[in-house]
Amino acid sequence: MKTDRYINLKRFRGFVVKEFHHIFRDVRTLVILFGIPVIQLLLFGFVVTNEIRDAKIAVFDQSKDYITTRITQKIVSSGYFKIDRKLESASQIEDVFREGNIKMVVMFEAGFARKLEKDGQAGIQVITDASEPNTANILVNYLNSVTLSYMASQQKALQQMQIIPEVRMKYNPELKGVFLFVPGIMAMLLILISALMTSISITREKELGTMEVLLASPLRPFQIISGKVMPYILLSFMNAVLIILISFFVFQIPVHGNLLLLLGECLLYIITALSLGILISTLTSSQQIAMMISLVGLMLPTILLSGFIFPVENMPLILQGLCYLMPPKYFITIIKSIMLKGAGFSYVWKETLILAGMTLFFLFLSIKKFKTRLE
Amino acid sequence: MNSEIMVEARDLCKNYGTVTALDHVSFSVNKAELFGFIGPDGAGKTTLLRILATMLKPDTGTVRIGEYDAVNDYRKIRNMIGYMPGKFSLYQDLTVEENLQFFAGIFGSTIKDNYYLINDIYDQISPFKNRQAGKLSGGMKQKLALSCAMIHKPDLLLLDEPTTGVDAVSRKEFWEMLRKRKEDGITIIVSTPYMDEAGKCDRVALFQNSKILSTDTPENITANYGSVLFAVRTSNMYTLIHDLKYCPTVRSAHSFGQYIHYTDKEINATMSDIEYYLRGKGHSEIEIRQIDATVEDCFMRLMLND
Repeated sequence: MKTDRYINLKRFRGFVVKEFHHIFRDVRTLVILFGIPVIQLLLFGFVVTNEIRDAKIAVFDQSKDYITTRITQKIVSSGYFKIDRKLESASQIEDVFREGNIKMVVMFEAGFARKLEKDGQAGIQVITDASEPNTANILVNYLNSVTLSYMASQQKALQQMQIIPEVRMKYNPELKGVFLFVPGIMAMLLILISALMTSISITREKELGTMEVLLASPLRPFQIISGKVMPYILLSFMNAVLIILISFFVFQIPVHGNLLLLLGECLLYIITALSLGILISTLTSSQQIAMMISLVGLMLPTILLSGFIFPVENMPLILQGLCYLMPPKYFITIIKSIMLKGAGFSYVWKETLILAGMTLFFLFLSIKKFKTRLE
Repeated sequence: MNSEIMVEARDLCKNYGTVTALDHVSFSVNKAELFGFIGPDGAGKTTLLRILATMLKPDTGTVRIGEYDAVNDYRKIRNMIGYMPGKFSLYQDLTVEENLQFFAGIFGSTIKDNYYLINDIYDQISPFKNRQAGKLSGGMKQKLALSCAMIHKPDLLLLDEPTTGVDAVSRKEFWEMLRKRKEDGITIIVSTPYMDEAGKCDRVALFQNSKILSTDTPENITANYGSVLFAVRTSNMYTLIHDLKYCPTVRSAHSFGQYIHYTDKEINATMSDIEYYLRGKGHSEIEIRQIDATVEDCFMRLMLND
């Protein structure tokens, strides 16, 4: 019995060594494994962001008094806006939007300061270019918060009873887009790379005919699969660590929670993704098809249905239902809780359990579907 | 089961949709025998070897390997066979040595344990042991694949067209090596499309259209040819084959290299009868010899009768 175990251990080690040889001798594999995650993370982190800086706006000030001047200064100093031009008549508004550079026009009514002091009320009209609805919304929100904070600073002077909501942006006080994207990218990259690499490497053996030799050997399906997958667990885990390091040092995203818990959850998610990859490889014997299924079947749903970009709550019910079938959704929730909120295991056990259950299900299906013969 | 028998196949049938790959095939192979399946491409040899290697299930019929049933006890069988598929199936991006190490490893063995089995081939390829398998020549690849298939000292070696695409010298070495392994007590089943390799086997099964035409030692197969065989050559080979085929007493006429092999329906037909006929057809420089039948002649004969 002991010798059996020894032989099995040796077989397994041989298999892992072989798999590492494949990986390190294939530049393409290495690029996919390590180049793409880093590039994607940096791209998403720096480029794809819903923060807006220096949006060009126009101001049409019909009052030109000390309060409108001060509010205008506040708007500029917020950093979100850049005043591109000042308008002199309402007829110019249409024109500046047609030009397309100006995203928003801020209009102060005539006699602004006088009305404010006398009636306690004065109007600012905000006109936005809603052909980009998201940008328009965000700009309006920014502007609101600027005027609110001006009002707050003037509260004493104005002697006005007002209820000012004090908003605190918890967990991401600066509303950095990166905070949202990094967990999403991590979920996407890990599932993509893990599933893609395993499904390709297993189907490659089928295509090259080496699977036939492996099948004709005493190796059991479980040994073949675990031998093939083990190196990818290690490499994907290194990837996860790399992503966490980059997000910490480049994007200053803190890890508030337990690092070990975070890494453990990453490992679980990697295994979920690998088991999906194994499942894909049992469905096809072509590398091309395995790649297509991994890319189209995993990457797109991860981006669209995991709550990574579009909030799940806003989707039609059917799609919401689909979202609950997506492993990345749970992983993103877990990662956000641990990294940003510093939550412990007691807050993420449910998601963890779901991921673990999914993994077991995928593995069970794969073993059921694995063919011990060529047919 | 007779303890001297290694493989016993009974009434194997296998269809792929409407295509028949094996049609009621039965044979048995003795222990430490070098057994050849000889037949053209598409005859069903690969399917048969895959069934023996437990890679496919037969539709009907049974195979026993040693004391095991090839369908139910396939795990036991996979411990005792070495299988070399027809398609080159080593890791092209691993070196010669890494491939050997890997395949020894998955059988729980090492190169050192069974080095004697492969030393004569391995000596030849060891200068390239750090070369990736994909960059070896065809002959080297096959030698390496054979080494990998038997590095764990299997009881039964199944080789699917191991010499296809291999040069003449390497083929000869390959067969010498198989004979030595047979002396070590390994049962070897080889398939090949090359008729001239039949003589290297202890026994051969001639395979055609999913059926075995005949199973015997190569000597018996050629001895049972049953006709007098002539090799004929003239100055005009193009019309010769035509003229011989339409000779009123022809039994068979096939082109074999530079000669036409000819048999006559008349048992008493002589070389001068043929020469007389050919002169009448306008041939000159006529060369006729009576020869012993080769396995290929027998194969052609069996196909005709079929």
